Amino acid sequence: MKRFSWFNATALTLGFAFLYLPMVILMIYSFNESKLVTVWAGFSTKWYGELIQNEAFLNAAWVTIKVAVFSSTIATILGTMAAYVLVRANRFKGRTLFSGMIYAPLVMPEVITGLSLLLLFIGIGLDRGVLTIVLAHTTFAMCYVSVVVSSRLVSFDRSLEEAALDLGCSPWQAFRLVTLPIIAPAVISGWLLAFTLSLDDLVIASFTAGPSATTLPIKIFSAVRLGVSPEINALSTIMIAIVTIGVIGASLISKQASLKQQRDEQAAARG
Amino acid sequence: MAQETLFEPWNDPNESPLIQFKNVTKKFGDFTAIDDLTQDIYAKEFFALLGPSGCGKTTMMRMLGGFETPTSGTIQIAGQDMNNVPPNKRAVNMMFQSYALFPHLSIYENIAFGLRRTDMAKGAIDARVNEMLKLTRLEKFAQRKPHQISGGQRQRVALARSLAKAPKLLLLDEPLGALDKKLRQDTQFELMDIQEKTGTTFVIVTHDQEEAMTVASRVAVMDEGRIIQVATPDVIYEAPNTTYVADFIGDVNLIKGTVELRVSSAPVNDPEPGAVAENIVDETPSPQPNKLGEWIHDKLLSPIIGERIEPIKRLPPPSTAELAASQEKMQTAQDGGLLLNWSDKNPTIIVSNGDETKDGATLTFAIRPEKLNISKTKPDAPNALQGKVIDIAYLGNVSTYYVELIGGQMIKAQMANARRLARRDITWEDDVWVSFTDTAGVLLER
Ligand SMILES: Nc1ncnc2c1ncn2[C@@H]1O[C@H](COP(=O)(O)OP(=O)(O)OP(=O)(O)O)[C@@H](O)[C@H]1O
Ligand SMILES: [Mg+2]
Repeated sequence: MKRFSWFNATALTLGFAFLYLPMVILMIYSFNESKLVTVWAGFSTKWYGELIQNEAFLNAAWVTIKVAVFSSTIATILGTMAAYVLVRANRFKGRTLFSGMIYAPLVMPEVITGLSLLLLFIGIGLDRGVLTIVLAHTTFAMCYVSVVVSSRLVSFDRSLEEAALDLGCSPWQAFRLVTLPIIAPAVISGWLLAFTLSLDDLVIASFTAGPSATTLPIKIFSAVRLGVSPEINALSTIMIAIVTIGVIGASLISKQASLKQQRDEQAAARG
Repeated sequence: MAQETLFEPWNDPNESPLIQFKNVTKKFGDFTAIDDLTQDIYAKEFFALLGPSGCGKTTMMRMLGGFETPTSGTIQIAGQDMNNVPPNKRAVNMMFQSYALFPHLSIYENIAFGLRRTDMAKGAIDARVNEMLKLTRLEKFAQRKPHQISGGQRQRVALARSLAKAPKLLLLDEPLGALDKKLRQDTQFELMDIQEKTGTTFVIVTHDQEEAMTVASRVAVMDEGRIIQVATPDVIYEAPNTTYVADFIGDVNLIKGTVELRVSSAPVNDPEPGAVAENIVDETPSPQPNKLGEWIHDKLLSPIIGERIEPIKRLPPPSTAELAASQEKMQTAQDGGLLLNWSDKNPTIIVSNGDETKDGATLTFAIRPEKLNISKTKPDAPNALQGKVIDIAYLGNVSTYYVELIGGQMIKAQMANARRLARRDITWEDDVWVSFTDTAGVLLER
C-alpha cells in the first residue's frame, strides 16, 4: 500500500508552510546583511553581534529569564500540590468546584487576568517590577502545571503510596520517596511548559511590568512599533530556538518517560 | 514424639485476643461492605478469610492495615483502639492484592524499603534483604526492576517485602495466587515455618480452599460483609453451620425436607440382605472408628501413625470381598436422631446424629459426595436410595458419578479410584443404589 500519496504530501506541506513559513522568513532575514528588513543583501551574523552590545535588550533578556525561572519553579511546586490534593482528596466538599476553578484561568482572556492582577497590585500597593511579573506568571502557569501533573496522577496506582505508608513512611516521606520519583516526568514537563509560557508572555507581563523591569517580549513589541530592525529578527530567532527546545524537551520527556513509567507500573500491578 | 498441646487459644478463657473487631461496620456511600462484624483473632494464629469475590475480605484487611476507618465500631490490636492510628504507626505489614511494588526501585530496594525507614544499621539491612531474597528464591533478580520479572516473581517480591520487617501481624491478601502448584505448596510451608519461628500472627485472604485448609488454624467463611462461620478447617468441612458454608467449602449434595423424630427401634429401612448375600465373602472388615475415635486419631495420633484411611477410599469394585465388607460396616444404624422426609417416591433418610429438638422443622440435609457409595445391587446400608447414572466424570484419583434419584433429585457421588479402571462395570444409564451411613451427613437450618 502506498502510504504517502501525493495528496497527503501536498496537504502536509501546505499545512506546515502555513504554520512555519513566517517564522522561517524571520529567521532567514535575521542573517541579512542589509539594514532593510525586506531586501536580501547577503549572509551575515552581524545583527547577532550588535544584539549582544545592546544593553537594553540584554537587561530585558536577563529579567525575562529570571522571571521565567522563578515563576515556573514556584508554579510547579504550587501546581503539583494543587493537582495532588485535587486528585487525591476524593471526599472533601466542593472538590468538583475547585478542580473546575483551577482550569478557569486557562480559558480566561489574558487581558482580563492581566488587568485584574494589575488592580490587585495597585490595591495592595505593590511596586511593579520583577516581583509582580513573577507573581503574575506564577498564577497563570500554575494552572498548566496542575493540568499536566493531575493527568499523570489520575493513572497513578494509589496502593503504591499505601504500601509506602505501610512500610513505615510518613505521608511526606511517601510522597518524596515514592510518588514524586514516579510522577517526576510529568512535573518536569510541567516546569518546562511554565518556563516557555513565561518566556513569551506579552499581555500579562505588560500589565504587571513596571519601568524598572521590562521583559523581552515587551521590549520587542515596543521596538517593533518603531520599525522592524534585523536586530529584532535575530532576537526573535534566538527566542524561537529556546522555546522550540523547551517545548520539544517537555513533550519528549513527558511522552517517553511517562509512557515507560506507566508501563512499569502496570506491569508491576499486573500479575 | 509426644504430641504438643493443641493450639486453640480461642477456647482458652485466659487468652486475650490480639485483634478484636467490635461491631465493625464499613460503608462506601450506601453500600455496606462490612456489616456489624465482631470477631477475635489470637496471637500466633493463622487466620484465613475465605469468601466469594466482593464479600469484604480486602476491606477487612485494609481496616487492619489502617487504610480504611470503620464507619462505626472499633478495631483493637493488642488492646489498643486503632481507629485513629495511621498505617505507618502500626506494627502491621500488608501484602497488597495488587502487589504495589515500587516501579522505580530495584527488587533489592523494594525489599529494603521498609527496613530503611527504621534505624537499622546498613549491614543488618543488607543481611536481612539477602535472607529474604534467598527465602523467596529471588537472589538472581535483586538488581532488576519490577517490570523486568514475571508475575509470580513479583508476587514473591511483594511477599518478601512484607515479611522483611518481621511484623507482629502480617496481612496477606491472596499471597500465592500467581504461583504454580509446586511453588505454592513450598511457599505455604515456608509461611507456616516463618510463623512457627517468629510467632507472627497471619491473616490471610485466599480463594483457594485447599490452601486455607492447609495453612489455617481457623477459617472464616464470609458472605456479603458478614462472617458466616469461624472454625478449624476440619470442623468447617465436617460440620458446616449453614448450607452456604457447606456449598462454599468443597462439594456437597443438598436435600431439603421435613424431619420427624426417629423411633429408636425403627427398622433399618427395608433391609434385603439376600440381594447381595452371594457376594459376601467371609472376611470380616476391621471395625470402623466412631466419632471419638476419629477425633482422637485426627488430633493426636495422625502425626505418628499417619493419616487415617477413609473407608470410602477403600471401596473396591463390586463383587469383591471388600464390597461386602463396606456394606457390612454400614449395616446397623445408631439409635435416635431424626428421619428426613424429602420425597414421596423415596424412603426417608436416617440421620441418627440429628438434633432431636428440631422435630418437625424443615431442614436441609447436606452430605459430601465422597461419603456416598454406589453399587448396582441393593446394599445393606442404613440409607440406600435408587437412581440412574447420568454422567461420570473421571478426575484421575477419583471419579464423580452424577446420579438422578427417583423423582428427579440429582446427587453427586465420588469414589476413589483405588485401582486402575476400577468400577468400570457402572456406566451411563445404569440403575444404581446410592448408599450412606446414618452419620455421614448433617442437617442444616439454612
Ligand atoms: N473504595 C471503595 N468504594 C466503594 N466500594 C468499595 C470500595 N472498596 C471496596 N468496595 C466494595 O466493597 C465490597 C468488598 O470489597 P473487597 O475489596 O473487600 O472484596 P474482596 O472480598 O476482597 O473481593 P476479592 O476476592 O474480589 O478481592 C465490594 O463489593 C467492593 O465493590
Ligand atoms: Mg480482595
